[in-house]
Amino acid sequence: MLTDAPPRPRPAAARTARQSRRAPRVAGAWPYLLVLPTVAGVVLLLVYPLVRSLVISVQHFRIGELIRGGAPFVGLDNYRELVGSAEFWQVIARTLVWTVVNVVLIMVISTAVALMLARLGRRMRLAVMSGLVLAWAVPVLAATTVFQWLFQSRLGVVNWLLTSVGLDQFEGFAWFADGAATFTILVVLVVWQSVPFAALTLYAGLTTVPDELFESARIDGANARQTFRLVTFPMLRPLFGLITSLEIIWVFKCFAQIWAVSQGGPSGATTTLPVYAFQVAQSLHKYDLGAAISTFTVVLLLVVLVPHLRHLYRNEGAQA
Amino acid sequence: MRRSWVRQLPVNVAAVVVLVATVFPVYWMVVTAFKPTTDINAATPQLLPLHPTLGHFRDAIGVDGFWRYWRNSALVSVSAVVLALVIGLMSAFAVARMRWRGRKGFVLMVFIAQMAPWEALLIPMFIIARDVGMLDKLSMLTLIYFVATLPFTIVTLRGFLAAVPPELEEAAQLDGASRFEAFRRIVFPLLAPGLMSTSLFGFITAWNEFAFANALIIKDQGNRTLPVWLSSFSNVFGTDWGATMAASTLFMLPVLAIFLVLQRRVTGGIVAGAVKG
Repeated sequence: MLTDAPPRPRPAAARTARQSRRAPRVAGAWPYLLVLPTVAGVVLLLVYPLVRSLVISVQHFRIGELIRGGAPFVGLDNYRELVGSAEFWQVIARTLVWTVVNVVLIMVISTAVALMLARLGRRMRLAVMSGLVLAWAVPVLAATTVFQWLFQSRLGVVNWLLTSVGLDQFEGFAWFADGAATFTILVVLVVWQSVPFAALTLYAGLTTVPDELFESARIDGANARQTFRLVTFPMLRPLFGLITSLEIIWVFKCFAQIWAVSQGGPSGATTTLPVYAFQVAQSLHKYDLGAAISTFTVVLLLVVLVPHLRHLYRNEGAQA
Repeated sequence: MRRSWVRQLPVNVAAVVVLVATVFPVYWMVVTAFKPTTDINAATPQLLPLHPTLGHFRDAIGVDGFWRYWRNSALVSVSAVVLALVIGLMSAFAVARMRWRGRKGFVLMVFIAQMAPWEALLIPMFIIARDVGMLDKLSMLTLIYFVATLPFTIVTLRGFLAAVPPELEEAAQLDGASRFEAFRRIVFPLLAPGLMSTSLFGFITAWNEFAFANALIIKDQGNRTLPVWLSSFSNVFGTDWGATMAASTLFMLPVLAIFLVLQRRVTGGIVAGAVKG
């Protein structure tokens, strides 16, 4: 949870003095001219597409309308069709499972790694941190390619490893032909890619906790678990909340990994909401339904985003 | 606190496990790229490249279009970053150094844009690009990457600008320099490291982008970018995993180089910046 810090009272006079020192008053149109290109870019390439998507979602917009134009408005028909289809609810459920499994794994592993980093000797810590940065630097598409190679049925090193520890059922096991197996690989891939950022950020946060707190907890006879629950976690809670909400957003809207590895298959086992929207629009040419699915994606993201944005904006208010 | 060797053992074992888990996939990619095909196809995987060869790299580079896709990716990424840098700097200056009505609203817009659900815009973007005849055009990708990296650029540049005391500019202006002159001569040099790291992170974002490149470049395959090309490796290389891994390695190299340049900032500054928002 992101906690909103109570507003600190500040003398009005001191505040204006500080403001005028930091940002001198400038008369005229200059600031507006300076931000004009940014506003134009955001309006044309972000606001307009969003509005266009909303409009398409209340039209009948298939391949014919794409070519000829003149799509008729059909009200909420597309949304009705979605809500009435069992497949859509399956995808929603799968997306929730996907998000929860990934985010829980990412946060648990990252916290463990961050705590571990804090206890390591200097040289070992440097080695692990370098490894994390290396994994972080791997481009998404390079990682998907490598994971497909690691999990190859015949020559893949994972199957070899599993077979050589005695799990003979994995000899020549075709991971990408099985729904649950492909889902698992994608989870491993996304967790592998996400842990470095989360772990390094949490570790950076840990180093800001004053040593005296740990020291006094130790003197008071707290064990490791109590120290974490009563000292570390409360100190890191805002950071923890921030990273969790960022990871929820990233995992929820994850598209490239899934599309590159399985395109949502086999037989829909890895079709999450963003993948579903793209499939429906690009493969089935039902642009209207795809747009309606995107609306759901945006609304669900907003639910996660609003507290985060509020937090950012409060900070902004405190800064100005 | 004295840490005995025995007490430290479990945590060191855990560290080795984490290290292997993070590094092994990357290691395996590079090692496979250097192994001759007979070694790759060996029944028992070889952990070390006993007979290293550059053959797979030659194959990957020799494949029809590799350089073209590489060049497309570089062109799109660099143009997007330069655009974002110039226009982002203008906005960052207006936000950090000027007071005007609507400033807070503008900052809020930038924050919202930073969190924009780009993945949900694939379909309208495809239709808009088609309507204005920009489907299959690298310029369309450039514009999208520009707007996608712009909010981050503004937020970080504003942070760097705020760290430069305005008194420096005011002193220069008192000495008779114009406001622009004061900015160019005093602030810009101080801003250079910030510009550098901001642009490199923007470059990585654009270089890695897959969803839009995949959705908007359809007919004109010559305008594809590296990530999309790499995603179709099985069409290009079949089951030639050596060449596939060599191509992946070549794709990763620029990003890795950037991470090495930014090493300190990656683990310190940028993380702090990201947390600060």
